[in-house]
Amino acid sequence: MSYEFLQTLWFILIAVLWIGFFFLEGFDFGVGMLLPFVGKKDEERRAIINSIGATWDGNEVWLLTAGGATFAAFPHWYATMFSGFYLALFLLLIGLIIRGISFEYRSKDSNPAWRSRFDWMIATGSFLVPLLLGVAFANLAQGVPIGADMNYVSPNGIMTVIGLLNPYGLLGGLATVSVFLLHGANFLNLKLEQGELHDRVTMLSKKLWIISVVLYSVLGVYTYITGFYGRNIVDPGIVPIAAVAFLLATGYFINQKREGWAFIMVSLNIVFTQITFFLMMFPNVMISSLNPQWNLTIYNASSSQYTLTVMSVIALVFVPIVLAYQGWTYYMFRKRISTDKKTLVY
Amino acid sequence: MDPITLSRWQFALTTIYHWLFVPLTLGMGWFVAYFQTRYYQTNDETWHKMTKFWGKLYLINFSIGVVTGIVQEFQFGMNWSEYSRYVGDIFGAPLAIEALLAFFMESTFLGVWIFGEGKIPKKAHEASIWLAALGSNLSAIWILIANGWMQNPVGYAINDATNRAELVDFFALISTPKAWVFIWHTIADGVAMAAFLILAVSAYHIVHKQHLDFFKRSFQIGALVGLLASVVVFLGGHEMGQYMYEAQPMKMAAIEAVWETEQPASFSILTIGDLSGKQEVWSIRIPYAMSFLACNNFSCEVKGVNELQAAYEQQYGAGDYVPLMVVTYWTFRVMMAFGFIMMGVSAWFLYSTRRTDYENAKWMKFVPFGALALPYLANASGWILTEMGRQPWIVYGLLKVEDAVSPNLTTLDLWISLIGYTVVYGALAIAMFYLMKKYAIAGPDAAMHESVDVIPTTIGAQD
Ligand code: HDD
Ligand code: HEM
Ligand code: HEM
Repeated sequence: MSYEFLQTLWFILIAVLWIGFFFLEGFDFGVGMLLPFVGKKDEERRAIINSIGATWDGNEVWLLTAGGATFAAFPHWYATMFSGFYLALFLLLIGLIIRGISFEYRSKDSNPAWRSRFDWMIATGSFLVPLLLGVAFANLAQGVPIGADMNYVSPNGIMTVIGLLNPYGLLGGLATVSVFLLHGANFLNLKLEQGELHDRVTMLSKKLWIISVVLYSVLGVYTYITGFYGRNIVDPGIVPIAAVAFLLATGYFINQKREGWAFIMVSLNIVFTQITFFLMMFPNVMISSLNPQWNLTIYNASSSQYTLTVMSVIALVFVPIVLAYQGWTYYMFRKRISTDKKTLVY
Repeated sequence: MDPITLSRWQFALTTIYHWLFVPLTLGMGWFVAYFQTRYYQTNDETWHKMTKFWGKLYLINFSIGVVTGIVQEFQFGMNWSEYSRYVGDIFGAPLAIEALLAFFMESTFLGVWIFGEGKIPKKAHEASIWLAALGSNLSAIWILIANGWMQNPVGYAINDATNRAELVDFFALISTPKAWVFIWHTIADGVAMAAFLILAVSAYHIVHKQHLDFFKRSFQIGALVGLLASVVVFLGGHEMGQYMYEAQPMKMAAIEAVWETEQPASFSILTIGDLSGKQEVWSIRIPYAMSFLACNNFSCEVKGVNELQAAYEQQYGAGDYVPLMVVTYWTFRVMMAFGFIMMGVSAWFLYSTRRTDYENAKWMKFVPFGALALPYLANASGWILTEMGRQPWIVYGLLKVEDAVSPNLTTLDLWISLIGYTVVYGALAIAMFYLMKKYAIAGPDAAMHESVDVIPTTIGAQD
């Protein structure tokens, strides 16, 4: 296998990992954000958490693997991005920490104040992480100040965070949050038994749909006007248009109470949005806003041919196995969850 | 403080913290899996309760390992970007493999185990806890391969065109003996830690004469496994000494504070005075012991710091190649002393369980509980020794710590993150300690329910 082929292959594999992460953990984040708002009683909150309880940790590993694969296949990309976004990533990690610990600890004490505190930590973490990821991805699309030595040029981390919070970045963050909220609501609709809680979620998903359509469209138009789409060698063409169409179609399916289809539509929107992003970037992995010569590309940021070959063999063997057993767990836990106390697992 | 010092503090803090909880996960997973299997085989309710009770403690501890682990995965890029650039070609591989092989397995199957009881077939439920335990231990193996490579780099070549170290032999990387002694010393250490936790909690209940059948059974298993594991830890440690002698002679000299080359080398149990070696006021020495630790024979030569420093200056240029001696000297002694004490007390516990009246013995009130501190302190000391003993190198002989740090970080950034982690980790520790204590004291019947205290129904109504 030629070096160039391997570099492209790993670009695609990392894109796949991110897509998997956004699709799977997207609804986990949405469910987490909705938790204190739609769950009024303790059983309801427990049922909401249980809808993702068995699988959220496995979904989060997609992010860890994306990070690890970036390190192994494109060390310069990993080094520049992670050190450049230092404080933003620090906040993201805090978000993941407070959320992860709360799933396990919230029911371990029956004091209502204890539970409520952890529920809000779940919601806060679930909001913070997609917000920051959205901001980060929008800024990657736009370009960030990378110098000739591949390092981020910036006075300090606080200024970097403020620099990331430009209008386009913020829009990316908010659009991501809103789509994930909708994704989470759709997922809950699929997982919960009919009843009061289910009705409440359905009502909410209609509103969420309107918000996400608005934010997402503005983001799309903005991206188009600024010319980010056609800037590099691949023009994503029909892909972003399809993404918008999927999001629009979601509204129809929610109204028709076709829950499975509504869920699939938002999932496709997320997948196609990510594909658009990676097509827009290729063959760059980070674009320098200072000088196009200083872009990190799959060619100058990658590992050696030998390492890429070894890693390809390993990925080829193990990725299908992981997909198989993760799929199996979703199959095992496919039954809808009721808010009946006797059936809930704590 | 400068960015390098702050980054080092932060790495030390977050890693020690992560690694305070991980060994218990490593070891306890096997115990819980074993109890689960016994329950399904025998349908004996005590095994069921043992699975549930120790499983609860396992999960409370596990969560902390997971959330602090995420920080670890990102830290190399965030704080050590030059390191990541220079060795990412090699070091990234085990990390990515760890995520793909181990983290997926562990987190997926643990979820299945927690939520699957009574909902999925028994065989699948039983398999899930074994796979989760295996996943944790696989993760340890891959991270130790990564760390073993940093201690003793193999299978690489320097590429002048890209100006970095590149992998040339993957099999050399994964079969490096340094990593494999790390692995069995560490995995045994995890089992020992879990055994000592079981001993401490069981002793508490035995003294209070509660659930005697349950806790005596646990205590016996804990004592037996604790003894076996501590012996393996000792054998592994002895083996590690020999690899250290070959691969990192400077660390070897530093743990003993030998300034001048000695043959045969004695081992000092303690030294009073200063460790600069210029004035040793008083020390207790065991002749030949150091030679035995280093090369399994009683008369070999152990090189002194001064000679090594001179040799390194020749080889790598001017600089200070001596690690912080006070730390290496004492951490090594703490680890070793505690290792011997662990062997001793677990043998004693095991012997006592053969007598029927040990639940009335006075020492049961405090010895097993105090012994719980031993594996924790020995473990932290061992790592501090390993990591600080390789200073100034981040990758031994290849890259210095000062050249590894991210160049774009300011002291302000680092203060923010360092304080942030400290506060959050501190809060985590309080919550986890509170829950551990509560569940440990509440006992096995409570562990069969969702929460050990009464169940509220109003939560959420007020907010
Ligand atoms: C319960 C914990 C525990 C106990 C009782 C011991 N150790 Fe240990 N030791 C560790 C836990 C540990 C560790 C924290 O897990 C380390 C750090 C790196 C590693 O892989 O294991 C370690 C490292 C470590 C090293 C450093 C290796 C290096 O840096 O190259 C040596 C030489 C020993 N050990 C030797 C011993 C000896 C002779 C012991 C006598 C009984 C002993 N250890 C008990
Ligand atoms: C879990 C057990 C571990 C503990 C308790 C531990 C502890 C430490 C400590 C105390 C330091 C600071 C040393 C100093 O600055 O003087 C350090 C540094 C470091 N360790 Fe570890 N470590 C552990 C495992 C690992 C592993 C598995 C890796 C790599 C895979 C690793 C990579 C590093 C790096 C990159 C540094 C920073 C550079 C340096 O200061 O030397 N550590 N660690
Ligand atoms: C000797 C040192 C280390 C060992 C043996 C080790 C092993 C483990 C184990 C067994 C777990 C899962 C169990 C638990 O969460 O309690 C875990 C969690 C984790 N560790 Fe460590 N670790 C070490 C240090 C590190 C370092 C240096 C990194 C950075 C790359 C790291 C990254 C992670 C991550 C990302 C997780 C979370 C996995 C999940 O979500 O399931 N660990 N580690």
